[in-house]
Amino acid sequence: MKIMNMVNAINQAIDLKLEEDPDIVVFGEDVGVEGGVFRVTENLQKKHGARRVFDTPLAESAIVGSAVGMAVAGLKPVIEMQFSGFVYPAMNQIISHVARIRNRSRGRYGAPMVIRMPYGGGINALEHHSESMEALFAHTPGLKVVIPSTPGDAKGLLISAIESEDPIIFMEPKRLYRAIKQEVSEDKYSIPIGQAKVLSHGSDLTVVAYGALIREVQRAMVKAKDMGISVELIDLRTIYPIDKTTVIESIKKTGRLVVVTEGPGSFGVGAELITIANEEAFLHLEAPPKRVSGFDTIVPLPKGEHHYIISPDKILFEIEKTVKY
Amino acid sequence: MLEEFDSFKTEMFQVMDPAGNITKPEHFPKLKDKDIVGAYKKMLFARTADLMVVSYQRQGRIYTYPPNQGQEAISGAVAQIIRKDDWLVPAFRELGAWLAKGASLKEIFMYFMGFEEGSLFKNARNMLPMNVPIASQLQHATGIGYAINYKEKDEIVYTFVGDGGTSQGDFHEALNFAAVWKVPVIFIVQNNQFAISVPFKTQTASDGIAIKALAYGMPGIQVDGNDFLAMTKTFEEASEHAGSGKGPVLIEAVTYRMGAHTTSDDPSKYRTKEEEDEWAAKDPLVRLKKYLMTQKLWTDKEEETITGQYKKEIDRIFIEAEKHTDYPLEDVFKYQYADLPDDLLLQKAEHEKFLNWKASRK
Repeated sequence: MKIMNMVNAINQAIDLKLEEDPDIVVFGEDVGVEGGVFRVTENLQKKHGARRVFDTPLAESAIVGSAVGMAVAGLKPVIEMQFSGFVYPAMNQIISHVARIRNRSRGRYGAPMVIRMPYGGGINALEHHSESMEALFAHTPGLKVVIPSTPGDAKGLLISAIESEDPIIFMEPKRLYRAIKQEVSEDKYSIPIGQAKVLSHGSDLTVVAYGALIREVQRAMVKAKDMGISVELIDLRTIYPIDKTTVIESIKKTGRLVVVTEGPGSFGVGAELITIANEEAFLHLEAPPKRVSGFDTIVPLPKGEHHYIISPDKILFEIEKTVKY
Repeated sequence: MLEEFDSFKTEMFQVMDPAGNITKPEHFPKLKDKDIVGAYKKMLFARTADLMVVSYQRQGRIYTYPPNQGQEAISGAVAQIIRKDDWLVPAFRELGAWLAKGASLKEIFMYFMGFEEGSLFKNARNMLPMNVPIASQLQHATGIGYAINYKEKDEIVYTFVGDGGTSQGDFHEALNFAAVWKVPVIFIVQNNQFAISVPFKTQTASDGIAIKALAYGMPGIQVDGNDFLAMTKTFEEASEHAGSGKGPVLIEAVTYRMGAHTTSDDPSKYRTKEEEDEWAAKDPLVRLKKYLMTQKLWTDKEEETITGQYKKEIDRIFIEAEKHTDYPLEDVFKYQYADLPDDLLLQKAEHEKFLNWKASRK
């Protein structure tokens, strides 16, 4: 075991897989010599060579598009979009090819790859650097979408993602990159994709969240406990395929649901979870399920971001309302 | 040859003029008489099949189809050069190249009849399905090229795009990455003068496409795409270049789409009869036939006999493809993921419940 932050843990996951599987290649903008703008791939080029870990010209579409060709021809690309806000030029490749080639070729070719991208707000960033657009990917048939909330989960989930035969969108909450440290095993281990985790057991209300907002919910829960409210917290970990079973079981127990997501609420992951609650646990509900989410607006620049970012108090406010309904 | 016909000079490379005369004997490709006759037969087969599909479409027996008529020499030349392990990354108007790679006509018919199975190309090694989102396939070719270098394989990637596709950012990105990575990819632009209705001069102010290679740092050549011999010679040289670690090549094949963009298109809306006649005189099949007849390698009688055989064979294959009607619900789901999420199985099961309910009400 070693104390690691999320950057260390992701770096180690990639490093272990590079050592193990000669077909893995790691590339993107600045990932080679510099080791990425967040240093997530630091030293990997030095260790594994510039043939396997390399910088590309600055073009997201061709990073993903050439990864499709590589995957088809037997390599396993683990690629980086420098920020999720820059993935849009690559959306044609992701939606039209990464997500479709298996179906189009009736299983003859696949595009197993991991597309990593830091996402989310809270770091006083420039424009286009703070969005949480996971719903776009979760809505695309053919993709799987993973978002870890701790260093240990990031490592185990990324190893699963790299070993998956399906393409994985791996979104990294950059606000947590260096904010949380924990003991992480230095061995290779994997955490299955598609499994949520119950972080705290409770009886009054279920909160489902993921990524950077897990920590905010946990802060709200300290105050909720003082108010005598017992919260069950579920870390979704995989957005798609969504772990319905864990969520439904919890709702059946508590009868109440609050979903906390950072991105725009409408048509989002919260809407999906509430639909699941309605379809699968309707008679167990004692209050209307509630979304706490970003506004359906552009994320404001740093001086206005506090209006948008979800605070522990905002979460507490909705928890209290739902419990008292 | 690639140096001699430098893209910056923008001189179109031609070996045989429209009358079938050899104008540049020094650039005659390494083909024996029987190879050229064989290539002509393949082009004739592709032309015959292509025209028949258009007529099947008119009879309502197949859906939308993009005709190849007028562009057969380009695919015909690729067919001569491409090896079993080489990759073919198609656009959607290179029927002869697909067939050469081992795609069956039945599969091709099935695809345009509405079955994904038609994209399987069971016997075609290293060939991707045809590609509809314009120019996006070029990036896959570049990536395959990277994998070939990485795995130190002796393979070359042949990829196609049209003149309209060169306006896409993906064209630029794919060529740029390919040149930086020095990958063995041959980019073939079929400049057939129109992107649906938009003429080449509206597409770009550039003096041709081949010239663009210069800025990417790769050889580029503009070739008479209706000259089978020039196209074959070009692929000979390009494959030599790409296969010897020198990186990609850009080939602009100047041609003309004699038919419609697809069977849903009406070219009379955007081009003149005069222009069509002018290009009909440069028809790649007529040209090669003239050459073969001058060389006493081909006769009208042979052509008549073999065309009759082809028509019968193509019709037989078409009818065989028409017999394939079954598209089980399961097939909608089963190829979406390698590891299918339970939720998709559930969606299928729910739909089956509905189907049972519907059946019970009959």
